[in-house]
Amino acid sequence: MIPSAFKFYKPDNLQKAVALMADFGDEARVIAGGHSLIPVMKQRLTDIKHLIDLSAINELKGINIKENSISIGAMTTQVELITNEELFKVVPIIREASLQIADPQVRNLGTIGGNVANGDPANDMPGLMQLLDATYKISGIKGIREIKAREFYEGAYFTAREDDEILVSISFNTPTGGYSYEKQKRKIGDYATAAAGVILNVDNGVCSSASIALTNLSDTPVYCSDAVSMLIGKQIDDSLLSEVTKSCVEQSDPVADQRGPVEFKKYVAGIVINKALKRAFERS
Amino acid sequence: MDDVKTPTSEERKTALSGLGTSRKRVEDARFTQGKGNYVDDIKLKGMLFGDFVRSPVAHAKIKKIDTSAALALPGVHAVLTAADLEPLGLHWMPTLAGDKQMVLADGKVLFQGQEVAFVVGDDRYAVADGVALVEVEYDELPVVTDPFKAEMESAPILREDIADQKEGAHGPRRHPNHIFTWESGDKEGTNKVLDEAEVVADEMVYYHRTHPCPLETCGCVASMDKINGKLTVWGTFQAPHAVRTVASLISSIPEHNIRIISPDIGGGFGNKVGVYPGYVCAIVASIVTGVPIKWVEDRMDNLMATAFARDYWMHGKISATKDGKITGLWCHTTADHGAFDACADPTKFPAGFMNICTGSYDIPVAYLAVDGVYTNKAPGGVAYRCSFRVTEASYFIERMIEVLALKLGMDSAELRSKNFIKKEQFPYTSALGWEYDSGDYHKAWNKALEAVNYKKLREDQAKQLELFRSGKSRKLIGIGLSHFTEIVGAGPVKNCDILGLGMFDACEIRIHPTGSAIARLGTISQGQGHATTFAQILASEIGIPASDITLEEGDTDTAPYGLGTYGSRSTPVAGAATAMAGRKIRAKAQMIAAYLLEVHDDDLEWDVDRFVVKGAPEKFKTMKEIAFASYNQAIPGVEPGLEAVSYYDPPNMTYPNGAYICVMEIDVDTGVSEIKKVYALDDCGTRINPMIIEGQVHGGLTEALAISMGQEIAYDEQGNVMTGTLMDFFVPTAWETPNYETDFTETPSPHHPIGAKGVGESPNVGGVSAFSNAVHDAFKPFGLTQAHMPHDHWRVWKIAKDLGLHN
Repeated sequence: MIPSAFKFYKPDNLQKAVALMADFGDEARVIAGGHSLIPVMKQRLTDIKHLIDLSAINELKGINIKENSISIGAMTTQVELITNEELFKVVPIIREASLQIADPQVRNLGTIGGNVANGDPANDMPGLMQLLDATYKISGIKGIREIKAREFYEGAYFTAREDDEILVSISFNTPTGGYSYEKQKRKIGDYATAAAGVILNVDNGVCSSASIALTNLSDTPVYCSDAVSMLIGKQIDDSLLSEVTKSCVEQSDPVADQRGPVEFKKYVAGIVINKALKRAFERS
Repeated sequence: MDDVKTPTSEERKTALSGLGTSRKRVEDARFTQGKGNYVDDIKLKGMLFGDFVRSPVAHAKIKKIDTSAALALPGVHAVLTAADLEPLGLHWMPTLAGDKQMVLADGKVLFQGQEVAFVVGDDRYAVADGVALVEVEYDELPVVTDPFKAEMESAPILREDIADQKEGAHGPRRHPNHIFTWESGDKEGTNKVLDEAEVVADEMVYYHRTHPCPLETCGCVASMDKINGKLTVWGTFQAPHAVRTVASLISSIPEHNIRIISPDIGGGFGNKVGVYPGYVCAIVASIVTGVPIKWVEDRMDNLMATAFARDYWMHGKISATKDGKITGLWCHTTADHGAFDACADPTKFPAGFMNICTGSYDIPVAYLAVDGVYTNKAPGGVAYRCSFRVTEASYFIERMIEVLALKLGMDSAELRSKNFIKKEQFPYTSALGWEYDSGDYHKAWNKALEAVNYKKLREDQAKQLELFRSGKSRKLIGIGLSHFTEIVGAGPVKNCDILGLGMFDACEIRIHPTGSAIARLGTISQGQGHATTFAQILASEIGIPASDITLEEGDTDTAPYGLGTYGSRSTPVAGAATAMAGRKIRAKAQMIAAYLLEVHDDDLEWDVDRFVVKGAPEKFKTMKEIAFASYNQAIPGVEPGLEAVSYYDPPNMTYPNGAYICVMEIDVDTGVSEIKKVYALDDCGTRINPMIIEGQVHGGLTEALAISMGQEIAYDEQGNVMTGTLMDFFVPTAWETPNYETDFTETPSPHHPIGAKGVGESPNVGGVSAFSNAVHDAFKPFGLTQAHMPHDHWRVWKIAKDLGLHN
């Protein structure tokens, strides 16, 4: 469990980090919390010649809560997401979801940026960001650009980020309505067998807006657009939520692993999604 | 002068912290402060590191190994292959089970993770780079991971080295992939009873492959001193003396020139009993390079290559009368041993003590046959927190009892009670030949059922079932019952040896002039707290406070010979040796006291910490005074000093037992289970330290929970290990660990000097059945008879699905 040799850099501003990335191209990787990257380096599943530590770059840190929107620096740790009371007041689902990531030791180091940018379908934050319809701000040698979370993920570990770009921050409009993030896992520290996030706005029993996203049920997070259309404008009841659940499960495409075969995962996905829908509805 | 009150016997007894005291563990001060001294903490001048090139495939011919690129790398000193070890006769080594095992791949590999080459370099980094540069060409062969397929005619031959040998270490072999057949009991008699029985239950019970996974992995530092010819090896050894003897036999280094030291060990659970290629390679590399070599496994190496546990397919038939009196038991086990038979069992027991499978029951006739089979999996088959194959045996009978109860339509608590060996039947000789020393199973069982309010539990369960049937809940409740009888303390030299070494153990005591003491033992603690408990045994025997007694284990140059710590043998064997050595000390002390008090030996009686003149309580000599006298008095006919040694050959095994009950709630849709209650009653005979017993029970139950609910070593059909990291290999954290209620009865062993039976492994033996039976019990109303472990989410979900419980 020893990685191959690499050079280590710790730039103190974003410009320097971007310049390093431009110099080294796909031989370089940035490191945030390291909980995904270090294990693959130690197992020599990836060979990285230049490792660029982002932890000294202040402009990548912090949670900025504005009147109708929120911006979170990529290097903000999960424990900061959990303990920030202001954030909890406006987007409680972030705490609910973050508390289901790994364990406290991992969350002390793990960052939101690493979690969303790695492109691992098992990570919880990508699904959550699709749920919130977040926008990723990405910086590269050619400048800064923005990509929607719902358009960012192309396949397992493949994203719209170019090799020499760095994720700077994540922003989204302050959500309203009932919410829920449900996750089934085998134990503390495990990735999801199936997980689902739901946000529902309901007026007099009628759904006015909705968002549903799934984690670890495909090679990317799954935003359930069909299911959302089924909800909007409808009177919410158990049978509608069952139909919506079915639609979400149809959009999922899990793979078999030690957590179980596909058939099981789809079944559990249905249970988890339905629970999330019901809880979000109760909270709306 | 003030009137100083002489402490009473009771007060003096309390001051000793002897038997029965919940004395705090003396080891914990250093462990909880990170001050332990483990193998990986050992750093010697000039020390190099070694690590393995491992096979990525499960079965292949090796066409070529090219070490040139690795050797060219700065910092790499040597790369050993089988070709380098062959001239020394060390490319293969004997296993503890009468087989042999490749140290480094000799022409082929037989399992994923097998050791192919050993790279030696300046530090771990250079070695890891060197490992990556060794090029091995593999010519892949068909793989067999299923022990039943391994014995088919079409199966690939795994062990070409012994393909033509019709006779193995344990009798005839019927197929190149067959290792042994081991039989016990009365085959014809059992078949007859089964044929004529009123009721027979027939079931296949699989106890899956898992792994002891100690927190500290296996490793060693080998140092060959070429000046004085002495080899010192620090290692994670559960049996340091046996390792010394084996090392001497296979290396031809005289035994007096080998010193084996087991420093602090971070858990063993059987994983550290065997001899591994890493030890041999480190020793050879130290001889070759002339400097110390360190080898320490990483977690993936440990899970993939060093000894696994279980992997027994147990086909059982149990017969009974219509009213539930068991009449016979039959078992055929197919044992998957992996690529080499490297089980750690006493020599005469290739399937360990699997023939304790009649359990706690008075079964008139029984028959057991075990077939060992080679597959393309890692070797091992160690006793993971149990005596040799006792967990398998106990799980088998406790499942068969449940299956029989189903067939009889009888409550399984009642069925057990009806068939328990009765208190007055002890010592009891089982149908498979063991002499159970003592027990009071009915007392323990009744106490357990009352403690959990069994009747009420069944009522609550029935109510929940009603809610489920009426669609108001998707959860079921299962009540898991288990009564186990262990067989530990191997063992009597007449039938127990490992590689010809009798399984006695030893204790040597030296009393210092000022009345404190050191005791050395042939065992080695891996977390059991020997330094705490053995001092307590001695405190009660010789009247010196436990805190004034140093315990030392694990250094073969200083400790007396013993067979080590595993199979719950430390208390039954070394604990007995400790008591016996203490009694020798006391006998000599009595002579000294008699001389000092000018009375006859027989005029003295022992009183906690002193000898008192009978009828004259004011005349006495304390152990402290006697100790000093032994160093400064010229006593006619008595040698100076106060020392003793005892080598204890136990007359019999001990038979700890217990009654465990688990209540579990299961969600049929997600397969998620929640443990509502775990009650564990243990009878381990005399209780040395109740706090340590409770800690042991908590630890063992947690491992049992892991094994039954998710922990496994899984292979795919190509022989790839699917559970190579702690992401997929389940080790419970505090979060997954439920609350435990512990309880006890105390039936001392009649043949053990202090009546103690051993407890460290009982909770694993009893726990697995309790947890697994709870899962089965939840689905019993829907017709489930048997579902194999581990009961992780998807397998529990599949039970529900197959029973038609999903809409």
